[in-house]
Amino acid sequence: MISTAVVFLYLGVVLYIGIFAFRKSRGAGKAEDYFLAGRSLGPFVFLLSMFGTHMTAFAILGSSGHAFHNGIVTFGLMASSSALVVPVLFFFAGTKLWALGKKHGFMTPVQFFRQRWECGHIGTVIFAVQAALLVPYIIIGVMGGGAALSAISGGLIPYWFGGALVAVVVMSYVFFGGMRGTAWVNTFQTLLFLCFGAAAIIVIGSGMGGFRSSVEALLASPATAALLTRERVPPLFFLSYTFIPLSAIAFPHISIFCLTAAKMSHFKKTVILYPICILAIWMPCVFLGVMSNRVTDVPRIQEKIQARRTLASEGSRLSPGQRDELKEKMAADDVMLLLLGRYAPVWLAGLLGAGVMAAVMASDSQILALSTIFTEDVFAYYGAKDRFGEAAQIHTGRAFVIAVTVFAYAVALEAPQTIFDLAIQFAFSGYSSLAVLPLAALFWKGSTKWGALASTLWTAAAVLGVAAFQTSIPAPPPGPGIVAWSAAGVDILTRTPSGTAVLGFMPVVPMTLISALLMFLVSTVTKKPLNGREMV
Amino acid sequence: MNRTKSWLFAILLAALYVLHQDFWFWSTARPLAFGFLPPGLWYHAGFALVTSLVMWLLVYAAWPSHLEETVRPDRAESGRAESGQEHAGS
Repeated sequence: MISTAVVFLYLGVVLYIGIFAFRKSRGAGKAEDYFLAGRSLGPFVFLLSMFGTHMTAFAILGSSGHAFHNGIVTFGLMASSSALVVPVLFFFAGTKLWALGKKHGFMTPVQFFRQRWECGHIGTVIFAVQAALLVPYIIIGVMGGGAALSAISGGLIPYWFGGALVAVVVMSYVFFGGMRGTAWVNTFQTLLFLCFGAAAIIVIGSGMGGFRSSVEALLASPATAALLTRERVPPLFFLSYTFIPLSAIAFPHISIFCLTAAKMSHFKKTVILYPICILAIWMPCVFLGVMSNRVTDVPRIQEKIQARRTLASEGSRLSPGQRDELKEKMAADDVMLLLLGRYAPVWLAGLLGAGVMAAVMASDSQILALSTIFTEDVFAYYGAKDRFGEAAQIHTGRAFVIAVTVFAYAVALEAPQTIFDLAIQFAFSGYSSLAVLPLAALFWKGSTKWGALASTLWTAAAVLGVAAFQTSIPAPPPGPGIVAWSAAGVDILTRTPSGTAVLGFMPVVPMTLISALLMFLVSTVTKKPLNGREMV
Repeated sequence: MNRTKSWLFAILLAALYVLHQDFWFWSTARPLAFGFLPPGLWYHAGFALVTSLVMWLLVYAAWPSHLEETVRPDRAESGRAESGQEHAGS
């Protein structure tokens, strides 16, 4: 009860920050002020809010849940690969995007593409694909909010109500505060969840009687020893994951955030400290997720372990429906919260629960980004801004914030997959493939609008193709997958227990490589823009 | 960034990418650092720290300051003016 009260207090604080930002707004009625905080963020706010924007529900909940079942490999898969790829993208592409945005007044990536490649409706196609891929990412936040509040309250708050409450709070401070409110809330949230990792390790470690004996016990059991190695994930799968962080520069909420810095030098701290921030939040979550396998006195954790064992030993004899039921029981996104409930004193569990909520509520930036790209790339581009004025554009943006949040909530209530799967399979893979667009626009003079269109359409088709493939062939039990297409003794397309493999790689690898190839081939044979090349 | 520096950093970043694929520690859970961290974790924790160091080198030896010079002075100025207030506000 106390922990629930602390979380409610936290929700009140972030709501207040958003409204405070609204009152501090200096350019009321100006789209640039509402959507980009007047391009005025300082280095401290820029670093922390950029990190908070990139880290979503899965940074705490999804990572610990993934590590619970797959072991320590989770850290190398997503965290350390992001620690390398994301700062490199910020250094080379983020700074250039910032300079072009400041020089030409761009507020969205599509505005840049339209000027760079001298195109109109192709920009609208890119907007449509960006928006369609962003929505699942927003759903993650709502699902995480529902799961977190339900777990923190010990089931007192049902999932549907928790998700609704988080959605309303996020919607409210984005509605009022715009980018300034979102950035301030993200800064506060990032500070909270950076403290969360250290506190959780200390509290849970001492509660478990130290980690040394727990690790030795895990190693002594054949059922759990592999969790401390990376045997459960093939090396090609591990390599595939290094393509996922490319999505960072293609996500509208990240590329728009690059435009909010007051000075380019504000990127310096972000580039240098990003790997350390990732280490600070992911390492405790992954490690504690693995350690959860040693917890014997939390019935809900035991149920997950039992479901995993049943699926591994009897999966091949069960129907797809029964396997899905077991997978639902295995869903481990709440494992960190269950650990806190077991080992942290009640008042501290509330504070740590607020830290979890901070990560979960990172969907604010995505909601704002979707509103920004809609009002700039569609509403303003097709003349509504000129007809109705800038104030109407901001009103439309706010109405869009409400519409998107309601839609995301409705889908979150129905979506059966775990947070991690949903994010990886659709949003991340699609955006990694779309990363070819900003990279080509920024660094290759020879790129053209037709190349961009080819990459965009390919991305949309590939995402739909993977979704259709996984729907038509149910996930097999743990073990070797179902080969759907092979040639000359080589397995080309396989339905695996967790998704799809193409020549042993995750779909993101061929998606991104083919996207780059299409950009190159189509651009090579089509007419180059006349003036846009000067931006490179 | 001059040509030599560009090549040096390209090699450094490529080396980091290769070092990330540490297949040599794939199936081993020992030696444990501090008695509880298996190689798959302590190696990648070290990797993140080394990456941060390389990013520091990149920022201080190859910062693209020429990009800032292309920004219109009036826009850069408005950013600076608001930056101070943003700090105070946050």
